[in-house]
Amino acid sequence: MLWEALTLGLGYNATLVTIGAAMLGFAAGATGVFLYLARRALVSDAIGHATLPGVVAGFMVMVALGGEGRFLPGLMLGAAVSAGLGLWVISWLTARTRLGEDAAIGAVLSVFYGLGVVLLTVVQVMQAGKQAGLETFLLGATAGMLRAEALMIAGGGALVLALVFVLRRPMTIAAFDPGYAAGQGIGLRAVDLAMMGLALGITVIGLKVVGAVMIVALLIIPPVAARLWSERVDAVVILAGLFGGVAGYLGAALSATAPDLPTGPLIVLAGFAIFVLSLLMAPARGVLAAGLAHWRFQRRVHLRQGLLALAGDQPIYEPLTLRLMRRAGLVRADGVATTRGRAQAARARLDERRWQMLRSLPEFEAAAARHDGLSPLDEVLTPDQIAALDRHLGPEGVA
Amino acid sequence: MGAEFVMLSLPPILIGVCAALACALPGNFLLLRRQALIGDAISHVVLPGIVVAFLLTGRVAAVPMMLGAGAAALMSVLLIEAVRRLGRIEPGAAMGVVFSAMFAGGVLLLEQSSASGVHLDVQHALYGNLESLIWFDGYGWGALLDASALRELPSELLRMAAVLAIVVLFIALFWRVLVISTFDEGFARTLGLPVRALALALVAMAAMAAVAAFDAVGSIIVIAMFICPPGAARMMTDRMGAQVAWSAGFAALSAVLGYVLAGYGPLWLGYGNAVSAAGMIAVVSGGILALAAVFGPCRGGGVVRAG
Repeated sequence: MLWEALTLGLGYNATLVTIGAAMLGFAAGATGVFLYLARRALVSDAIGHATLPGVVAGFMVMVALGGEGRFLPGLMLGAAVSAGLGLWVISWLTARTRLGEDAAIGAVLSVFYGLGVVLLTVVQVMQAGKQAGLETFLLGATAGMLRAEALMIAGGGALVLALVFVLRRPMTIAAFDPGYAAGQGIGLRAVDLAMMGLALGITVIGLKVVGAVMIVALLIIPPVAARLWSERVDAVVILAGLFGGVAGYLGAALSATAPDLPTGPLIVLAGFAIFVLSLLMAPARGVLAAGLAHWRFQRRVHLRQGLLALAGDQPIYEPLTLRLMRRAGLVRADGVATTRGRAQAARARLDERRWQMLRSLPEFEAAAARHDGLSPLDEVLTPDQIAALDRHLGPEGVA
Repeated sequence: MGAEFVMLSLPPILIGVCAALACALPGNFLLLRRQALIGDAISHVVLPGIVVAFLLTGRVAAVPMMLGAGAAALMSVLLIEAVRRLGRIEPGAAMGVVFSAMFAGGVLLLEQSSASGVHLDVQHALYGNLESLIWFDGYGWGALLDASALRELPSELLRMAAVLAIVVLFIALFWRVLVISTFDEGFARTLGLPVRALALALVAMAAMAAVAAFDAVGSIIVIAMFICPPGAARMMTDRMGAQVAWSAGFAALSAVLGYVLAGYGPLWLGYGNAVSAAGMIAVVSGGILALAAVFGPCRGGGVVRAG
């Protein structure tokens, strides 16, 4: 069952939903990177919650006009209008009052959401039975999704992705250096509007799949995970897209295997699992890499100190140092230096003396700034410079 | 407006007012410290805690659920801190990652368990059930003086009032220290004040208020009350004491007006049924914030001040 779901073997509809969710996840991940870089990731939480009154109002209008209330494009239009209004309120509150953006986000989020709930209770009374689908917009549901709806979600995701591709340069520049962007003739307001518009698009498209409350996760988690892997924007965007796509794919496929596995939470949790893996495994910023780097550094410091002690004929008591040196074949089990140990100790002492001399000479100031107490000097200086340095040390220093 | 009001409307209104005040009072400080979204985060992360408590005890009981919610809130604080430190990720994004993932976990657990369908469903958690907090023994205004009837008041009222009392006591006792450390943390530190402990205690107060209110009235009110009344109050005055007073007034007004509008508003408009009180309270608080933002004497903002 699980394998069939992951290989798209669960029938036509489940396959469509899975592909749609993957496309949505990809587009959301790529879009979210720019929100994250601009430090405005939480705006998407307000956008998500602010869609609710629009969805319900759209339903009411369509029913009042005698149409089918659950017509998805109509609901999405309503969602887009109310979320757009919410975004406008956030920017107005931030620009025109003393409230910060965080407070504006929270105010819009809770008030719009409250309004949506009020409207929901109106609908529940007005159209008993017929509104059954609307609650699914809170937490998302893909069960019983129509073919056209799945296609629309996949298509919308592709469209947003194309727009992200077109707008990636100005959005990157505006996120990193707004002043420079303005100097380049990039309209900051236009870029901001475009970025928020894309996030809004993702939210509206994803509403049916992950719901208003959790859509924020699709826009935040993949970018944060991807950021751990790379320092380059292009790579982060692609990685975030991939992470989001994989999360969407896994979540939708898993949820198709059993009736009580809701799609939205599974997609979010798949994304979170990718994030946790990234946090552990990422090459430079990951926890394991950081631990490894720390351990290597510690080892080098201990070995260096041990060698300097050997060179000065001082006994070594520190157990970790002793163990490391014994393992490297620098001392014997009883703590007496081996030949190799004595040779390396002499070299370490020479290195130390050269560093000391170097720090006292003004012409080596630039090199002295790079002193970390560990690097062998011949990695930092050219042979000519070392020769010049040794002339200062005099004959007894080199020996 | 007699026995029926006392039985059906008085307890929800009182609970609503207590919940609104308990959230709005610490909200003043959170707003000024730019931690306004903490209410949002807490009201999301407590869901898994409540569900786990329900699964462990097998019944809908307030105390284990509040313990579960508290544990979940504590865990989320630790997780956010860990994510922030380990990944060197900015606080807002770290919060977003943690609270959305924990909320998703809570929803999944809920759908997986047999809990969905009975009292403990997602809707309840999101909207609250303010209307259902009825005082069966409230036979009339006289019941307010009747000890045996008073004992049957909804237990949410007692809990919410106790939490409100603790919050008020905390703010009253630490008023000066809180204000100093909120406005100038560096100065507070040079005075030797325990800045970090104070910040932690404030968040703990907020979490306690949020958890208790979440249990009684759902998450919408929690998020709205942490932000809207303090935000509106901030547009009314430049003085901290006055701001807290304004915010308390706005919070109480939102709760009463919201409940009345939700319960009786539709009747006035000719509908036969009430709408969600929790939602309406949030909407009213938003309306107050909007009015304050447009007409408030101290709405500030770069543009207005510069002129």
